[in-house]
Amino acid sequence: MSLDIRMPMGIMFAVFGLLLREYGQITSTDPAIYAKSLGTNINWIWGDVLLVFGLVMIYFARKAMKKPE
Amino acid sequence: MSKMINLGVIDYVILCVYFMFVLGIGFALKRYMKTGADFFLSGRAIPAWICGLAFISANLGAQEVIGMAASGAKYGIMTSHFYWVGAIPAMVFVGVFMMPFYYGSKARSVPEYLKLRFDEKTRTFNALTFAVMTVFSSGISMYALARLFELLLGWDFNFSIIVSAVIVLVYIYLGGLTSAIYNEVLQFFLIVLGFLPLVIIGMKDVGGWHTLVQKLNVVAVSHAPSYQPGTWTHSWAHTGASSANPMGVEWFGVAMGLGFVLSFGYWCTDFLVVQRAMAANSMSAARRTPLIAAIPKMLFPALVILPGMIAIALHAKSGGFLPLSKDGTPDYNMVIPTMLGKYFPPGMLGLGLTALMASFMSGMAGNVTAFNTVATYDIYQNHIRPGQSDSHYLKVGHVVTVVGIVLSIGCAYLASAFNNIMDMLQMVFGMVNAPLLATFLLGMFWKRSTGKGAFWGLVFGTIVPILHHGLTIPLGATHWIKGGWLLFGHQPVHIYPVEMAQGFWAAIFAWVTCCAITVVISLATPRTKTDEELTGLVYSLTPKIVDHHEPWYKRPATLGLIVLAAAVVLNIIFW
Repeated sequence: MSLDIRMPMGIMFAVFGLLLREYGQITSTDPAIYAKSLGTNINWIWGDVLLVFGLVMIYFARKAMKKPE
Repeated sequence: MSKMINLGVIDYVILCVYFMFVLGIGFALKRYMKTGADFFLSGRAIPAWICGLAFISANLGAQEVIGMAASGAKYGIMTSHFYWVGAIPAMVFVGVFMMPFYYGSKARSVPEYLKLRFDEKTRTFNALTFAVMTVFSSGISMYALARLFELLLGWDFNFSIIVSAVIVLVYIYLGGLTSAIYNEVLQFFLIVLGFLPLVIIGMKDVGGWHTLVQKLNVVAVSHAPSYQPGTWTHSWAHTGASSANPMGVEWFGVAMGLGFVLSFGYWCTDFLVVQRAMAANSMSAARRTPLIAAIPKMLFPALVILPGMIAIALHAKSGGFLPLSKDGTPDYNMVIPTMLGKYFPPGMLGLGLTALMASFMSGMAGNVTAFNTVATYDIYQNHIRPGQSDSHYLKVGHVVTVVGIVLSIGCAYLASAFNNIMDMLQMVFGMVNAPLLATFLLGMFWKRSTGKGAFWGLVFGTIVPILHHGLTIPLGATHWIKGGWLLFGHQPVHIYPVEMAQGFWAAIFAWVTCCAITVVISLATPRTKTDEELTGLVYSLTPKIVDHHEPWYKRPATLGLIVLAAAVVLNIIFW
């Protein structure tokens, strides 16, 4: 199968990561909404986690693509 | 319509991004779907790690996530028996011992293996029960999703049904089994990454593991006088008597009912999961599929059971953490939705709900791909129009996919009309795999078993749990749905302390019946297949696979031992 699932998956999680990170950054001035997550800006932190996960997946997919079958 | 959670724009954006990728994968795969083998079997070209994650994800439907969290609240860490006893050993067994025959026989489905090993009628019987079961399961998934989203978000019931059905239909129609498998991998990571922060925040809220244990001791003691303080935090210590634990089972019922019959029955014979391994790109990859899947499976209790334990501890402390059901007890099924609403701000909430949505859809899609393969190859090709071209069956497969989804929608509405009946059906279907396990064990490991023996064993093994359900009841049952519908006013043959014990014993009876009848009739009937015909299908007649040249991490037996050892360690830690 010539579609490597890691590529779309990596992109999707990277997009999620960026969205959450940006949203976390914008809302960081409003501590009220983070009372739910016990004062942690979980959007920002978890956005970074998802972004890193997505980029790692993309890296492996690209590495596999360069390697001849 | 009142609702529990208000979604913000960011949450809808995340949900939409997910839908775009799911559908996008279907479209990207469309051009590779040229033959029936591509559509139904993924061209047997999928690497082991993807098959492994799909294998586990097909089982990780939302009922599993929501149900296991509910059990975590209700039974505590004893719920881990569904993982460390009720899954891992069976997954190792199917990978090491059974996969060589499934994959090696070149059968395209589990029923087709029965045809090769036994005969046509055994296959057809299994194909029909399986097809009915998958359609109902997928319908129940769809119904549960629509109900939950109605309650949580105030979404219209019909809207949720249509959206989930159309999305699953489109991606399977376009990309077949590969599309389902790829999406299952996506769903796997989404579920893990979506629920992990929930556990972390919940753990922080409750005050860490030691505080949780203390709080659960209070929960246990206040629950019933016969419970010891550690009942919620020990998996085996309180299984000496069924009255000492909330599951109402003793160690023998756990080991035999759950650990052997139910779990081996499910993991070793259910085409829904086995199909994922059959799509692997080599025998070695097929055998490693369940073993790779066992690693995350082993760790899932932290993700799905722990939230239930946290929720009940917090509920006991302050009351009102969980919503109450009609009879005044906490509504355990609301553990995950409640925690999502309580702990996740907008943004993360979108991710959490997307993960929930994903798990419902993977539950549906798994059933639909298993259904279309069995309906096309085992029923249509076999009984309706044999001997057609491959492209004909590919077309039929597409039509059958649509039919399967439409039937599932029908079942979803049936479920909304007769909620109770669906609960019962699901329980009875749980029993379908128990006799089948006996058929497979005898078929794969005893060359003397015959088609007649297998068929009648399977028929009686399916009837017995249904009769058992009609003749026994769990304690306090008032409705015929819970059992006892064959009694007509007479005393039940047996009263079980809880429903779960009734289920365990039904499975044990089903298995024993099927086993005994298959053995007796096989011995009384002549063999119909020669040793040559059974080569590759029966253990003693198949050359052993040599894998000494492979590195250790690619040898199924070595991997299996490591996984088993890890499961033993986990049982000991949480003894």
